[in-house]
Amino acid sequence: MSDIETYKKELLAQGAKKIFTKTKNLTDTPFSYCGGCGHGVVHRLIMEVVEELNITHDTIGIAPVGCTAIAYEFMNIDMQQAAHGRAPALATGIKRTMPDKYVFTYQGDGDLAAIGTGETIHACNRGENIAIFFVNNGIYGMTGGQMAPTTLPGMVSSTSPYGRNMDTHGYPLSLTELVAKLPGTYYVTRQSVHTPANVRKCKKAIQTAFENQKLNKGLSFVEIVSNCNSGWKMTPVESNKWMEENMFRSYPLGDIKLPQ
Amino acid sequence: MAKARGFVEFNTEACKGCELCVKACPFDVLDMNHLVNGKGYHFSYMKNYDQCTGCASCAMVCPDVVITVYKVK
Repeated sequence: MSDIETYKKELLAQGAKKIFTKTKNLTDTPFSYCGGCGHGVVHRLIMEVVEELNITHDTIGIAPVGCTAIAYEFMNIDMQQAAHGRAPALATGIKRTMPDKYVFTYQGDGDLAAIGTGETIHACNRGENIAIFFVNNGIYGMTGGQMAPTTLPGMVSSTSPYGRNMDTHGYPLSLTELVAKLPGTYYVTRQSVHTPANVRKCKKAIQTAFENQKLNKGLSFVEIVSNCNSGWKMTPVESNKWMEENMFRSYPLGDIKLPQ
Repeated sequence: MAKARGFVEFNTEACKGCELCVKACPFDVLDMNHLVNGKGYHFSYMKNYDQCTGCASCAMVCPDVVITVYKVK
């Protein structure tokens, strides 16, 4: 027997307890995301919060198009697929017909900030009692790293090979700050999942978003700034560093609108 | 105060070798194995296993949730 196995046996004999393992709310299917992608962590956090709040059977998730289009393969709860960008509209319908259920949408920046801008803004403006989780990586990740509305100024993507030029491509769209101005939103925050401390903070924000649905006071909007190491053409560790240095300048972390 | 002790176990077949756990470990416990799993990824393992405190930092950042943490309380 190797040393490490002996060491593990010894610790178990001393009463070592399992303090962390994969939550039952995630299926055994391995994630289809690229290695190092933040989606996996966000999936885990949402499912852990759902388990801890004991609302597994009362939660309905909506996954529209994007890398997360097959989130229902991984999340062991009731899920519904939406047309591209239309998740907030679908969530509105589900929440209004079943007001006692917890409804969340899980959207990327191509979905929420590009094709679904109208649905997002109007759902926020109506103050629908849902939670929106918005994973922002500044690029269209699934389709091959094209420029998104959230792409940073000067950022190279496959459709802006010389970097985003504001004269022709416009400015980055920060939808989170935009919806925070609307009276319909109750809680708006921006988080990230690249370090253990940020992951713990992000989990608290996700938990708050679910708990707010009980209060019936408006929409909770949680943006999670994430990496896209395949689209950015970097290693996961490099992409997290790049994200810290560049993304956080345009998308600073922290609470934007707290409940009054 | 005695140092907290623990260990982690990996679901090596699900590991995609992103190395985020190696970077996240505050005690330099983890490293990438020179072996590869069934998908062809190098997977992480406990190099300095006796330094592990069971802080679960690696498990927090693991995007594929392959890490199980044990800790002596």
